[in-house]
Amino acid sequence: MFSRKWIAAATLGALLLAGQAMAQDKKVIAVSIPAADHGWTAGIVYHAQAAAKEINAAFPNVEVVVKTSPSAAEQVSALEDLSASRKLDALVILPYSSEELTQPVKAIKDMGTFITVVDRGLTDASVQDLYLAGDNIAVGTNTAKFMIDKLGGKGDVVVLRGIPTVIDDERIKGFQDTIKGTNLKVLDIQYAHWNSDEAFKLMQDYLAKYPHIDAVWANDDDMLLGVLEAVKQSGRTDIKLALGGNGMKDIVKKVIDGDAMTPVETPYPPSMIKTAIYMTVANLIGQAPVRGTVKLDAPLITQANAKEYYFPDSPF
Amino acid sequence: MAVMTESAPRRRPLDLNISWTDVGPFLALAALLVVGYLINPDFLSATNLANVITRSAFIAIIAVGATFVISSGGLDLSVGSMAAFITGITIMFMNAVAPHAGIWAIPAGMAVAILVGLLCGLANGLIVTVGRIEPFIATLGTMGIFRALITYLTDGGTIPIDRSLREAYRPVYFGTVAGVPVPILISIAVAAVASFILYKMKYGRKCAAVGANEDVARYSGISVIRTRTVAYIVQGVCVAIAAICYVPRLGAATPTTGQLWELQVITAVVIGGTALRGGKGHVWGTVAGAVILELIANLMVLSDFVSEYLVAAVQGVIIIIAMLIQRFSNSK
Repeated sequence: MFSRKWIAAATLGALLLAGQAMAQDKKVIAVSIPAADHGWTAGIVYHAQAAAKEINAAFPNVEVVVKTSPSAAEQVSALEDLSASRKLDALVILPYSSEELTQPVKAIKDMGTFITVVDRGLTDASVQDLYLAGDNIAVGTNTAKFMIDKLGGKGDVVVLRGIPTVIDDERIKGFQDTIKGTNLKVLDIQYAHWNSDEAFKLMQDYLAKYPHIDAVWANDDDMLLGVLEAVKQSGRTDIKLALGGNGMKDIVKKVIDGDAMTPVETPYPPSMIKTAIYMTVANLIGQAPVRGTVKLDAPLITQANAKEYYFPDSPF
Repeated sequence: MAVMTESAPRRRPLDLNISWTDVGPFLALAALLVVGYLINPDFLSATNLANVITRSAFIAIIAVGATFVISSGGLDLSVGSMAAFITGITIMFMNAVAPHAGIWAIPAGMAVAILVGLLCGLANGLIVTVGRIEPFIATLGTMGIFRALITYLTDGGTIPIDRSLREAYRPVYFGTVAGVPVPILISIAVAAVASFILYKMKYGRKCAAVGANEDVARYSGISVIRTRTVAYIVQGVCVAIAAICYVPRLGAATPTTGQLWELQVITAVVIGGTALRGGKGHVWGTVAGAVILELIANLMVLSDFVSEYLVAAVQGVIIIIAMLIQRFSNSK
């Protein structure tokens, strides 16, 4: 909490010092991201602020300014505010929605700003100098591969999906395409809105409906927490695997500890914002070319590599 | 709930006309149980029913409080956010006290929850009555405030309860007494106390009078401000009791805790037979309404013929049918 206030104060201070910064010919990088309203966006805010702090300390001639916005409309206003007072050398943005943000971002690009877009691409891809995202299809594919392997190619699976969006559809598609042709059978698939409480209820219902379940896949870790609680309450021993996705620290900790039911995790890590900020800085001052599209894979997090994805101080 | 159907005929003959309103929700509930059994016999299994009714406890307890507010002519949209806020404060308090007080942190935390609930309810009540702001707008405002506060407290993530308290607190949601899950017992107790206040005490009659006609109530010497404010305080305490039962379930507060509960709560109250425009409140009907809502959701998962994309639509249709059954039995 205090760190957020501190950063808010620092951001304000940075804005006040904007004129001075220009005089010193500092390179300014604005970072525009959604405000923390659930676990994953909280992680985005945490990693963006961590990157800003590290880069500002490491490169005296670079200034990273982080701005969070609670809605698409406010993100548009934030872009106007950020670009009104000074020239931005680069903008790193995780847009709320592709449609609404495309034009405002293009307006900033026209001023000569380098544009990095994270996670959700703009509708006009030519606006993006660098586009960096995770791979939602791989989240589903890699989870499915692990399940097939672990269950010997056969078994009964129940699936909890999130909110009807492209992200959710891609994860489910990756999963279903991969298990096609195996004897892994999806008994049921329902929405639980990426919410622990709804996932708890849905899992209780799955347990009441199906006397035998081999594995559960909740395509997000918030939901996995609810699933685990329902399984624990039921006392059932037929469930061999309960897997999630996204890389929440509590679940990554389980992987580190060698949990039997959740031995692996697939990342769609909020730390991707940090990767994007660092790459943008590399382009700006290190003259390392980065233009293009970068797709972070969703490799299985296992006990061997879990430390790489474990951020104990992050809220997510 | 069976107690209620028995006690209805014992009322004075004058009440006989409206007693259908009391029975309506239970008819709808019975119909739902029969339909559910025909669709999937597992529906009536003891485990499933215990799970579903236990789950409905949060909405039921909060909705009992909402019966007071709505009966007195008010409305409270902030209950879901308030539940999340109280959950957050309670967990933070328990975690802070746990190293010194050990297990005693749990009852202390419960007391804090009730206190915070009381204050939140008082705030809502005063804004509505003394501030003379439409309940819809006033509580829409506090809804945003409570939601923002819990998001701030959690940094957008989660506040988990201390591991040392986790196991000791678990029975409050997962435990049973004589085979009945604890949350069910708590909601029955809350409803029993509430129905005593609403039907046997002077305050209950004031509440209905204020809700039925504010001016007439004022001319009869009832303090509208006090009656309504007390209703909001009762609501706040009910939300706190629900939060106390909620904490041990997942052991964490998040910015999405209690989201949209306010709509479920209002739906439960209305299905239960209390008019949204105020007047007589139906506490046991409200409890039945909360159970009906949860059973419908459960039935959607247990039945195979509804596409996952259409679940919400079918739920909406069933709620409307349940209301029609009730209306039909009313007009007899």
